[in-house]
Amino acid sequence: MTLPRYVARRLVVLVPTLFFVSLLIFSLQQLLPGDAAVALAGEEHDPVAVAAIRQKYHLDRPVPIQYAIWMGRVLRGDFGESMRNKIPVSQLLAAKLPVTVELAVCSMAIALLIGIPAGIIAAVKQGRPVAVAANVLALSGLSVPHFWLGIMLILLFAVHLGWLPASGYVSPWEDLRRNLATIALPSFVLGTGVGGIMMRHTRGAMVETLGADYVRTARAKSVRERMVVLKHALRNALIPVVTLGAIEFGRLLSGAVLTEQIFAIPGFGKMLVDGVFNRDYAVVQGVVLVSAGLYVLLNLAGDVLAFLVNPRLRGSA
Amino acid sequence: MSVVPTTLAVSVARRPSALGRLLRRPSAATAVGVVGAFVVIALAAPWLAPFDPVATDFGAVRKAPSMLHRLGTDEVGRDVLARLIWGARASLLAGLIPVTMAVLVSIPLGLVSGYAGGWIDDLIMRITDAMLAIPFLIVAIALAAFLGPSLTNAMIAIGIAALPVFLRLARNTVLAVKAEEYVEAARALGGSPLRIGARAILPNMLPPLVIQSSLTVAAAIIAESSLSFLGLGQQPPAPSWGSMLNAAQRYLSQAPWMALYPGLAIFAIVLALNVLGDGLRDVLDPKHR
Repeated sequence: MTLPRYVARRLVVLVPTLFFVSLLIFSLQQLLPGDAAVALAGEEHDPVAVAAIRQKYHLDRPVPIQYAIWMGRVLRGDFGESMRNKIPVSQLLAAKLPVTVELAVCSMAIALLIGIPAGIIAAVKQGRPVAVAANVLALSGLSVPHFWLGIMLILLFAVHLGWLPASGYVSPWEDLRRNLATIALPSFVLGTGVGGIMMRHTRGAMVETLGADYVRTARAKSVRERMVVLKHALRNALIPVVTLGAIEFGRLLSGAVLTEQIFAIPGFGKMLVDGVFNRDYAVVQGVVLVSAGLYVLLNLAGDVLAFLVNPRLRGSA
Repeated sequence: MSVVPTTLAVSVARRPSALGRLLRRPSAATAVGVVGAFVVIALAAPWLAPFDPVATDFGAVRKAPSMLHRLGTDEVGRDVLARLIWGARASLLAGLIPVTMAVLVSIPLGLVSGYAGGWIDDLIMRITDAMLAIPFLIVAIALAAFLGPSLTNAMIAIGIAALPVFLRLARNTVLAVKAEEYVEAARALGGSPLRIGARAILPNMLPPLVIQSSLTVAAAIIAESSLSFLGLGQQPPAPSWGSMLNAAQRYLSQAPWMALYPGLAIFAIVLALNVLGDGLRDVLDPKHR
């Protein structure tokens, strides 16, 4: 199968998935206790304002029609207006996206720097103390509650040592040094979790490829062990890791809720939490919808990457 | 992780039970011990806690750990150890109830989806895909936000967020098992779908669901503490590890003990559950032996 056909087929499957995603997110609104118009009006209890909202969002119409109108707007990039600061949600999303992307890129870099070497060591030195240490490290990275790790790192690096700021964010265009200082701790916090996952997958894939026939052949030809591990085994072991990396990157784009909250980083996560607390439902729906969309697309990107690097997939299905 | 055996020993003796094999692994046995200890602490909270977990004492605000208050006191003079012990209840409940809900819903739905196939399967799987497209914690936060903040709603939200993973797992297991010869045989013998489902397929669905449960209980405990940290879970003054951390964040420099212990508790139980999950997979999943 050729690449365009593969992508086209995957895109066709994506349509129903995204349809159900939008349906789920729309139906969140139906969970609001009591009259949705009153809930959406938030602090404004003025009946005129409530009536205006009811009319604006067509809340007096049947639910399927409400969905159709809402979806029609979303498809045109109109996610509604933030109740709180009266700006379009799409504008807010556009402002937060670069921050979240920067955080995700830095976290991913840290995850790869920790995860892949640790995974290789754990596979090559199976049973040795260094491999056990790598395994324990990965499991700890997976198990530690990130928001707590963040708090502890603030305590150490900001409160006690005073090396890094406790929270806040400075744009890289404004001051790159301060930007890196503000992003270092949150990236590390997120990177440890993803690093743990990457490590375990790298280890699993390496153990498998190291036992493969072509690796044994390479060894029999007395290729240097370093070359066997890094060139022959690692290259194939990285295929599943690449796919996983794309999926994890998608998760990072939306999964940094608490970390952004703790470090006061103004990205998607903080926008979601602020939306929740301000009862700003259009904001909540907008963030969830865009994160889900990005996540689905990155999943697809991961599969396409796997398709590109793995010739065996091209034959099947 | 397969090791090529040097000799082929023909074993006649009965293999020890899965539980026996699990407990023979030092890491898994330790994990079982840690989880068991937390369960005992949660059950025996009224007898173990040295103080009333919600009793405030403005004469002992943010006191450092001492003989009287082993782990110190919080911003309104409540004993941190007592709150930690009672908080184990919220965490374990929020770990167990949503996962139990998700498993109980996913078994019949997975059976129907996998066994019936056709449009029912398509519909259930598309909804599952859609739910999987939104990250776990985001689903939980969004649901908890719309349902309103309370521990019960947090548990409902976590249960719904956990459902798609189990549903897909259950359905895929059914698909794999359905093709096995003994299921064919049961069908050829004229067994009703219900009987085949209950007698031939269900027992094979359980091992993967058990492994996934252990890992998801860990994720659910983190989700509960995250929701409570955000104020969307356990409501004050009732203790929860997540809400304790929320309060602690404001007094980091003056009272670091408030932040240290609840986090360690979450870390310990989640680590234990993840180790247990790994052990269960090694024992129950033939591919990982």
